[in-house]
Amino acid sequence: MSRLAIYLMASRELPVLAEVAVEAGADLVEVGFPHSDPLADGPVIRRAAERALAEGMGVGACLEVLAEARRRVHVPLVPMTYSAVLEAYGPDRFAEDARGAGASSVIVADLPSDAMHGLSRIHLVAPTTPTARIRLAAERTDGWLYLVSVTGTTGARSESPPLLPSLVRRAREVTRVPLLAGFGIGTPAQAAAAAGVADGVVVGSRAIEAVEEGGDEGLRALVAALRDALDAAPEMSVSGGGASRASPI
Amino acid sequence: MLTVEIGRGFGGRFVPETLIPALDELVEAWAEARADPGFHAELAHLGRAYAGRPTPLFRAERLAPGRRLYLKREDLLHTGAHKLNNALGQGLLARRLGKDRVVAETGAGQHGVAVAAVCALLGLECVVYMGEEDVRRQHPNVERMGLLGAEVRSVTHGTRTLREAVSEAIRDWIGRVRDTHYLIGSCVGPEPYPDVVATLQEAIGREARDQVLAAEGRLPDAVVACVGGGSNAIGLFRAFLEDPGVRLVGVEAEGAASLSRGRPAVLHGARSYALADAEGQILDAHSVSAGLDYPGVGPEHARLRESGRVEYLTASDEDALGAFRLLSRTEGIIPALEPAHAIARALEVDADLVVVGLSGRGDKDLGTVLG
Repeated sequence: MSRLAIYLMASRELPVLAEVAVEAGADLVEVGFPHSDPLADGPVIRRAAERALAEGMGVGACLEVLAEARRRVHVPLVPMTYSAVLEAYGPDRFAEDARGAGASSVIVADLPSDAMHGLSRIHLVAPTTPTARIRLAAERTDGWLYLVSVTGTTGARSESPPLLPSLVRRAREVTRVPLLAGFGIGTPAQAAAAAGVADGVVVGSRAIEAVEEGGDEGLRALVAALRDALDAAPEMSVSGGGASRASPI
Repeated sequence: MLTVEIGRGFGGRFVPETLIPALDELVEAWAEARADPGFHAELAHLGRAYAGRPTPLFRAERLAPGRRLYLKREDLLHTGAHKLNNALGQGLLARRLGKDRVVAETGAGQHGVAVAAVCALLGLECVVYMGEEDVRRQHPNVERMGLLGAEVRSVTHGTRTLREAVSEAIRDWIGRVRDTHYLIGSCVGPEPYPDVVATLQEAIGREARDQVLAAEGRLPDAVVACVGGGSNAIGLFRAFLEDPGVRLVGVEAEGAASLSRGRPAVLHGARSYALADAEGQILDAHSVSAGLDYPGVGPEHARLRESGRVEYLTASDEDALGAFRLLSRTEGIIPALEPAHAIARALEVDADLVVVGLSGRGDKDLGTVLG
């Protein structure tokens, strides 16, 4: 079964939205801890971050809503943030407090794989990443590898990511950790196509738009449609198979 | 182990993994170019024949009566500012990298115009991101970029100034990294950019040092330059870093004083000083000069501040406007508002022999000053 990760921006509504996403079939929820200058993000997540900051979602408030979400759902909750936020809070303190709030690991969008070896986190690799660096990221990553499916920032595209199959193939040559594909995946059809090669998908910008447009029910409908598409998708063709099933997600 | 990490050192590469191979490629191309006499010869030729180097060192006797205050006249460079030194060098690098599309950010428009000119000269496609606020206040430069064949994209979100223009240029680069060179305009950004830009600006200080020695027979008591991202200042300062008798003074805009009022933080791919709150969120900068209206500064300046080799002062909008008018009336030179900050503080520095970086000319600022 393909994994479905849903990205939501931290907000006072996060606990309810996380519960809705999990009820509709999400296996993991990424929680955006907003930064004022999010270089890896396209317009939808950038605007969501601006709103969250305007609503006072500093790290302390983000941890509070994460802890409340933790009480409501039983899937991994993974904070996703930027180096500037991590530095200001203190990386060790962040790791400890996030764990205390019920987080599983962390993703830092602007921290390359050779940086901050001491910080256990989920690493990202992109279509431009050479195989040697994919190996490094896979060795260091905390449970699964985040495949950036497109050469670009976050945000849904009209087509399925054409570079994803070759990225999955290169990653599979060097690692057996689960591979989840994100950036540029928004529709059920794109999710199904990505799940045909990777172990799962991450949907972010489209999930935020679904909340903007339709609130809880908008999110529920999107996640359910993604879940259905993943469940109907053919088995993975290039993944390593069994080993990934025993993963933390 | 990396020398710069979260919480340690200045510089580094805090960018999405997507960009790392392009930065590695740039490191390699830059090293090859520096070792290639052909690159230096072409850059020197373009510097002389196209840009107008060397620029003069002019003694401003009526501006500073009774003192020996010299202006390094980068305002006389083609396109009107020191930015062309960097644009020419990186344009040649883009060609060596085999990239036929260039993306850049601009604040005051001086870097954008320089990049647009170089892209016209070298036959490269050119896209320049500029904040909507700057498009409004620096309109003549928007028109110049258009005439030079560049596409100017107005950035309409956030602060609508240089800060957002840099972010959008980086996002564009992330999406087109295989065929695009990001021609950053100041000594900021992820490694190796800060050193590439500073090195390409070293001509300013190298010439100024020779020129002041020829005119006065000795080194200056003080060297003063304005600091936004800090490229004209670092280009001037580097030539004097090993001269302990030369006082080096950087002048920031009071509302954009990353070094004087900021804290270490990560912005635009590098760890340096920035205007940031206790949570690491970047704060808005404010300056009458679009080129200094930036909440960050190059990491080399952060190191020079910590070592104490350079002192960093501030000048207010009013100080800059006053110096703008004073230099215009006393010497017949209309400076850009950015170096007007340096002139304001240079007039107060307790030193007899002073060199000031006059980084650009003020034509672009007439609308701002005259309202």
